[in-house]
Amino acid sequence: MRAIGIILAGGNSGKMGDLSAKRAVAAMPIVGSYRAIDFTLSNMTNSHIQKVAVFTQYNSRSLHEHLNSSKWWDFGRKQGGLYVFTPTITSTSNLWYKGTADALYQNINFLKSAHEPYVVIASGDGIYKLDYNKVLEEHIATGADITIVTKDINPADDDLSRFGIVKLADDNRVVGFEEKPLVAETNTVFTGIYVIRRRQLIELLEACAAEGRTDLVSDILVRYKSVKKIYAYKLESYWKNIGTIDSYYKTNMDFLNKDIRDYFFRQHPDIYSKVEDLPPAKYNGEAVVNNSLIASGCIINGTVENSILFKKVYVGNNCVIKNSIILNDVHIGDNSYIENCIVESRDTLRANTVRTGEPDQIKVVVEKNFRYAL
Amino acid sequence: MIKKEMIAMLLAGGQGSRLGVLTSKLAKPAVAFGGKYKIIDFPLSNCINSGVDTVGVLTQYRPLRLNQHIGIGIPWDLDRNIGGVTVLPPYEKSTNSQWYTGTANAIYQNLEYIDYYNPDYVLILSGDHIYKMDYEVMLDFHKSSNADITLATYSVPMEEASRFGVVITDDKGCITEFEEKPEHPRSNKASMGIYIFNWKVLREALIVMKDQPSCDFGKHIIPYCHERGSKICAYEYKGYWKHIIPYCHERGNKICAYEYKGYWKDVGTLGSYWEANMELVDIIPEFNLYEEFWRIYTKSDVLPPQYIAPDSSVTKSIVGEGTEIYGTVEGSVIGSGVTIGKGAVIRQSIIMNGAVIGDGAIIDKAIIAEGVNVGERAQLGVGEEAPNEFAPHIYSFGLVTIGENSIIPPDVKIGKNVAIFGETTPDEYPDGLLKSGSSIIKVGE
Repeated sequence: MRAIGIILAGGNSGKMGDLSAKRAVAAMPIVGSYRAIDFTLSNMTNSHIQKVAVFTQYNSRSLHEHLNSSKWWDFGRKQGGLYVFTPTITSTSNLWYKGTADALYQNINFLKSAHEPYVVIASGDGIYKLDYNKVLEEHIATGADITIVTKDINPADDDLSRFGIVKLADDNRVVGFEEKPLVAETNTVFTGIYVIRRRQLIELLEACAAEGRTDLVSDILVRYKSVKKIYAYKLESYWKNIGTIDSYYKTNMDFLNKDIRDYFFRQHPDIYSKVEDLPPAKYNGEAVVNNSLIASGCIINGTVENSILFKKVYVGNNCVIKNSIILNDVHIGDNSYIENCIVESRDTLRANTVRTGEPDQIKVVVEKNFRYAL
Repeated sequence: MIKKEMIAMLLAGGQGSRLGVLTSKLAKPAVAFGGKYKIIDFPLSNCINSGVDTVGVLTQYRPLRLNQHIGIGIPWDLDRNIGGVTVLPPYEKSTNSQWYTGTANAIYQNLEYIDYYNPDYVLILSGDHIYKMDYEVMLDFHKSSNADITLATYSVPMEEASRFGVVITDDKGCITEFEEKPEHPRSNKASMGIYIFNWKVLREALIVMKDQPSCDFGKHIIPYCHERGSKICAYEYKGYWKHIIPYCHERGNKICAYEYKGYWKDVGTLGSYWEANMELVDIIPEFNLYEEFWRIYTKSDVLPPQYIAPDSSVTKSIVGEGTEIYGTVEGSVIGSGVTIGKGAVIRQSIIMNGAVIGDGAIIDKAIIAEGVNVGERAQLGVGEEAPNEFAPHIYSFGLVTIGENSIIPPDVKIGKNVAIFGETTPDEYPDGLLKSGSSIIKVGE
């Protein structure tokens, strides 16, 4: 493909509550066996983008651990490959990335030394499948300066005020763009994905930096919307952003639906992730499991209903787990009852623990108990 | 300069004909085990976990699936700059081209490969055992006992010892005598088919013995054989154990036995293969895949979690990634990417990767290979047991064995000790029933 990829994965989200305490949103485990960034990385590799840079900043240890080898996404190549850019101290600056535009500007040599004419920029926290070639084709056909990918969402499903809201003309040209408005004018949201010519991006970044501006969305997209030709590519297929506890929970639960599972996992192309070589899940004699997703390495002795168990979860005897998400490597002691909860990874719930949330108020469980080795 | 202390040679060329239709189109080391694994994953994982990073895999019978599985060794971290995994098939030479005529011959034909790595020791493994073993500990034993050859042995019950090659040792662990499948064994130490050789000793023996691939096993073997009685002579052509070891023994090389006490299972027959799989679903299985520190690696391309539908039930089972279960599964081993339809019942069975079990099918005590499609409401394992008419020594234990990519039509009934391979149609089932002991095998070439 004639583009390089940039994934913005540095962000934290206050709306993720305790879940984002130990990792960036892009590193959130999702759907049992994946992390959020796997979807964007897989889209990049499936679109035949050969050179991808991931920008990290906030609490990036989990993310770096996940990206420790690029071969899972087929980026272990001599030509191109996967680059991870974290803020560094240089002779002229010892600051963090002050914003997305600043992050790119601090690594502008990466953009300057590339030879591909286009750049695909995406955020690391979207759950979707997209062939970026289609966006690029439309970008070239419309003669746009920037093409952004938008999605019409139902206001009942998500909180519109946390997105960039776009107003489009009949020909899909962007005529209005407001970042996180109090009252959304339309239900068309910006997905954080855009295509731009590399030289155009370098120019805009340099102009931005000269004025001390730092954000790609508000300082480039919003500011230039009437100067530059910005067009929208309307995404019709599944797209979710997991930036809040509620949307994270709902997105996971969407995968209990067979159509969505088939769309992501049984239809071409595949989603890739780091393989951990865990043994198959094990169901002992008293296990009762209904309408649930169970990842590898789990051992189940109790009841699990309408839930998602991530990798290596242990469920003790007489436990009941309902409508919950149990993240990686959680140990749940005997006789526990968990309903409408998200249990943070690597946690240990002692025997007889009861934790319940409400369907519209999912509880995040963080116990931080020490686990005694058996 | 390239130098490895010890490299492994993994013998993976055998058909394993006692696994019947499971190995009709693939070599035994490529047969699935324990849901998501293949048999060869166990020795390969042992190698990398033991720090042996150079492994030659000798293939011959139906190597395609094995080659695809091994690739360049990424799943086992055996993709190395120097060493790593190398698949070694037989090849044409300017003169004397031949297949691998026996296990020692296979090693002989790859002297160059071993010489390239300039090892002190060579570890010989076979690709058809299920076990976890630290070869480094065995090497330490080999070094400290100053041996030329070390064989791993395993204590089997005395009454079963006559099925194995057993060794008789002196009080220092040195082997004084071998008995191959003795009628009245004097020892219960069975050879596991795992050897460490000093490379110099093995190299010399292989060169001396190079012209004896057939019955004529030369002046060094004959005396030994004579000493041991003629009973084993009929086996003498092929086995490693039967050629080289006696030769070295004659030469006065020191051969030691290393006693292994962990779990070791030869899955050479359908019965033992089925049993070893079934043991994995015990509450705390003897062979525990859930241990952290000795992981078994495999090539897995299916990642999504498994889905267990409402109104389904899964108990006493292990289930692989990406599988979707809408029916009832009890006491079974289910691979990756399997679909089990609504109302289907699976009991005490092994279902390998990618199989599809239709709605309402009932399956008892069956081994269903990869990619099999079982029609709706088909019943497997019905009625009384009867010996298999085609190969009673292979298809026994009351098992139904279905070879890979076979198709079972809907609504048929299949008895016990049955073997099926290929796409079958309803008219091959008289009155919709394939009675116990029958077979439909359409292997082709």
